[in-house]
Amino acid sequence: MGLAWQWIVPLISISYLGLLFAVAYFADSHSGKSSSLINNPYVYALSIAVYCTSWTFYGSVGRAAVSGVGFLPIYIGPTIIAAIWWPLLGKIIKISKGNRITSIADFIASRYGKSRGIAAIVTLIAVVGIMPYIALQLKAVATSLNVLVHHLQFGFSDEKFASPWGDTALFVAIILALFSIFFGTRHLDATERHEGMVAAIAFESIIKLLAFLAVGLFVTFSLFDGPSSIFKEAFNDPQLIDLMGFSALPGGYASWFSMTFLAMMAILFLPRQFQVLVVENVNENHIRKAAWLFPLYLLIINLFVLPIAFAGNIIFPNGGIDPDTYVLTLPIFGEQQWLALFAYIGGLSAATGMVIVAAIALSTMVCNDLIIPALLRFQLLISEDLSRIILNIRRGVIICLLMLGYLYFRLIGESYALVTIGLVSFAAAAQFAPPILFGIYWKGASRRGAIIGLVAGFIVWTHTLLLASFALSGWIPESFLTDGPWGITWLRPHALFGLDIFDPITHSIFWSMLVNISLLVGVSLFDKQTAVERIQALNFVDVFEQGAKGGDAYLWSGSVSTFDLKRLVARFIGPNMAEQKFSNFIKINRLVLPENGQAPSRLVAFAEQRLAGAIGSASARIMIHSIVKGEEMDLEGVMRILDQTSQVIEYSQRLEQKSAELEAATQQLKQANTRLKELDRMKDEFISTISHELRTPLTSIRAFSEILHDNSDLALEERQKFLGIVIKETERLTRLVNKVLDLAKLESGLMEWNTVQIDLIQITKDAIDTTSKLFEQRSVKLEITLPEKPIMLYADQDQIQRVIINLLSNSVKFSPEGSGLVRIGIRREVDGIGLEIEDNGPGIVEDEKIRIFDKFHQVKDQSGENLLGGSGLGLAICHRIIEHHKGHIWVESEPNQGATFIFILPTTKPKNS
Amino acid sequence: MPKDILIVDDAQNIVLSLEFLMKNEGFSVRVASDGDEALKAIKEQAPDLVLLDVMMPKRDGYEVCQTIRACDDWKNTRIIMLTAKGRDVEREKGLALGADDYVTKPFATRELVAKVREILDMESK
Repeated sequence: MGLAWQWIVPLISISYLGLLFAVAYFADSHSGKSSSLINNPYVYALSIAVYCTSWTFYGSVGRAAVSGVGFLPIYIGPTIIAAIWWPLLGKIIKISKGNRITSIADFIASRYGKSRGIAAIVTLIAVVGIMPYIALQLKAVATSLNVLVHHLQFGFSDEKFASPWGDTALFVAIILALFSIFFGTRHLDATERHEGMVAAIAFESIIKLLAFLAVGLFVTFSLFDGPSSIFKEAFNDPQLIDLMGFSALPGGYASWFSMTFLAMMAILFLPRQFQVLVVENVNENHIRKAAWLFPLYLLIINLFVLPIAFAGNIIFPNGGIDPDTYVLTLPIFGEQQWLALFAYIGGLSAATGMVIVAAIALSTMVCNDLIIPALLRFQLLISEDLSRIILNIRRGVIICLLMLGYLYFRLIGESYALVTIGLVSFAAAAQFAPPILFGIYWKGASRRGAIIGLVAGFIVWTHTLLLASFALSGWIPESFLTDGPWGITWLRPHALFGLDIFDPITHSIFWSMLVNISLLVGVSLFDKQTAVERIQALNFVDVFEQGAKGGDAYLWSGSVSTFDLKRLVARFIGPNMAEQKFSNFIKINRLVLPENGQAPSRLVAFAEQRLAGAIGSASARIMIHSIVKGEEMDLEGVMRILDQTSQVIEYSQRLEQKSAELEAATQQLKQANTRLKELDRMKDEFISTISHELRTPLTSIRAFSEILHDNSDLALEERQKFLGIVIKETERLTRLVNKVLDLAKLESGLMEWNTVQIDLIQITKDAIDTTSKLFEQRSVKLEITLPEKPIMLYADQDQIQRVIINLLSNSVKFSPEGSGLVRIGIRREVDGIGLEIEDNGPGIVEDEKIRIFDKFHQVKDQSGENLLGGSGLGLAICHRIIEHHKGHIWVESEPNQGATFIFILPTTKPKNS
Repeated sequence: MPKDILIVDDAQNIVLSLEFLMKNEGFSVRVASDGDEALKAIKEQAPDLVLLDVMMPKRDGYEVCQTIRACDDWKNTRIIMLTAKGRDVEREKGLALGADDYVTKPFATRELVAKVREILDMESK
């Protein structure tokens, strides 16, 4: 007890921060080299663990002591979303690298047309939203310091507690501000990553993990006999049993859901998380390992939360000790002063890590998105070297931020538990999720939509959480909570529109997300994006597609000299750095700079990117624009031109498409026309042929009729002969007309079919009987080879018989009189069964084999003689009939070797007809 | 001496009827059933008139007509073309190739006879 703890503890604290600074300095001196300390996934994962602040270190135990497993959603959320880090975070990082994004405000502004307005809004929300969080860390450090020193000094006596240094939090704020300035604003070139800071954060993550584990092990295995003994004792206490279930959390399952959701969004979109995850990321591939290393870290640091919480509740049963301080007070209770000191260092690590990263991230945003645009507007940046001014602005901003945090802590911090303040900040950061997530997956999300959604969500957040917390701390009247502002009950912050089934956080998340998302989507749907917005939307959404990067280079079609451009960049990043970057770029891209010194648009775009790295995309755009000639044309004008250009491009694309369509249509028309011509020619030929076929018999009939009429003195014999001719020709004409009508019916589909099961053998025999006279007349022999058993098919009996008769008559006509021989038999093929009829006639030449089935194609012998004397319709009709039955008919023949006609019918039952 | 008429057609019954009609008028008649036979008959002895069917196997009527007109020896031979294809284009083609007249089947026997007479009478003048 003799040690002067009130001096030792601050001294050790300062020394520890000095050690951190050494780590940072060492890492910085290796930055950008192959020996870089932070260029590996382990440091990356540890730096992400800046998520675990003093809120985790002290607050988890405090929350577990009050609500059991209720602390878990804050860690379950990040674990869930880490599973999709590779696609989601990978895309965000790729976009950020392509656009030299410096902060979350810059990211959102860049997506929505490099808008200054939206950058300022995001910055404001971040500052207002994160301020309570910074206050929380100050409170944690100040409280832990006081508690530690007090109990080390005086044990657990009831002596009134008084800080030995007056206002501890103020000192803490000042010291943290100084360290943040050391870590974050040492570089002249603000575009570089903060490698030293990342190394220090990773180091702190190790320290806080080890400290917490040490306390956990001590409490579990030294104060108690392992976890089972703690839980056994806890089960004996009815109050503690309640903490084991999920019911301990106020708000129940809805609360679990909203907390998990909040944590999922917070791990990505809290400004400090965005800083370490995206801005400080060295290599996208580190995400793969970090996606399981970080959840593992969360698991380990949470292992002993419940044992410590229960142990604290058992050892300090009367609520005399704040559960938020169990991590410190339990080691002191066990008389392990140095362990308590180590625990305090762990808590200090957790708090300082958060404050430093948050301060750097916020100062970048405030400087780039609020102060520089304002200075630009009022033309206050007249100095040649602005890099130093910018760094000084950032330093000033850091001090202001910590002072504001201190003020907030003084105002309301005392009245609030750690965990609630943290959740209020999470809820503010969640407002960034809609514009970012919609922004990188939906090209239609517009600037106006994003702004209106953000502002509305922020207003809801302010009303339901921030103002409510003011009311809770008595800073504004309590009636604000109970009766609503101005007594309007449906505006009560914890029961908007009478919705009172949720806990305050869930309630706020529900309403703010509802208005944020629906306004973003709703306004975007009816909004017309400007050119820059459209280009950036494409750059973001299609970042993985070829050629998406740097698509807005041609916006700078105005003229500016390379000298002016370099001088502008030099003002922000220093002349040496500017010279080096420019000559590098010119060398790599093999740019040939024209004589008159005009900078090519790619160089202008490059300069804009360099500037964006220093002062944010929105301000960079304005700076570049201020020196590109044709200044009087404002950004809107450029956009208008681009709009027109893109309209012209669109129009010409449409024209091209039209002309291609037209060409295709013309081609189709040509084909149709050719086909029509062919059909017309065929029809013409058909009419001509049919005319010939009809006129020939008619000619004989008329001629002989007139002869008979005019010559009454004809001999009887001659008269009989002529009348015989008339009769024969009339019969021929009748047959012809019938065939033509049949064919017409077949072709137009008007033929009535009577499809039944038929026996092919039987109808073949019938057909042979019918034609037997023809064979006798010409003394042609017929060889029949048919099986005994019937062959059953589904077909129209009359039509198939007609085909067989037709083929048999043809074969007789073709066979030589006297020596003719016709064979008929069954033919089997894979797709069916049918007949083959072979003759020993002159055969059919190759050319004719297909054409003989055409209408009016009369078979001629090699000399061209029309042997059949037929109409040329018989085979055409056969062809149609067999085709109707889904069969085939064809001829096999060699000249002078006879011909074989075959038809095949399918054996399966037809589906229709 | 009776006028010599050559009848060329592949339809036997039409040949028969024409033969009867021409003989009835007192002409001397020869027949051929295709283009080749027709040219053979013409080479043997040039007829005064040819009744020439257009659609025939081997050598059609147009070709025969063309061959007759191409040779100076047969310039006095009159040609009446017969066709069952009733289109104007056929008629024009026949006349263009040097036919003296053109008759569409089926024809009125009296008119045909009158036409034959007319053409041969003009010749005799």
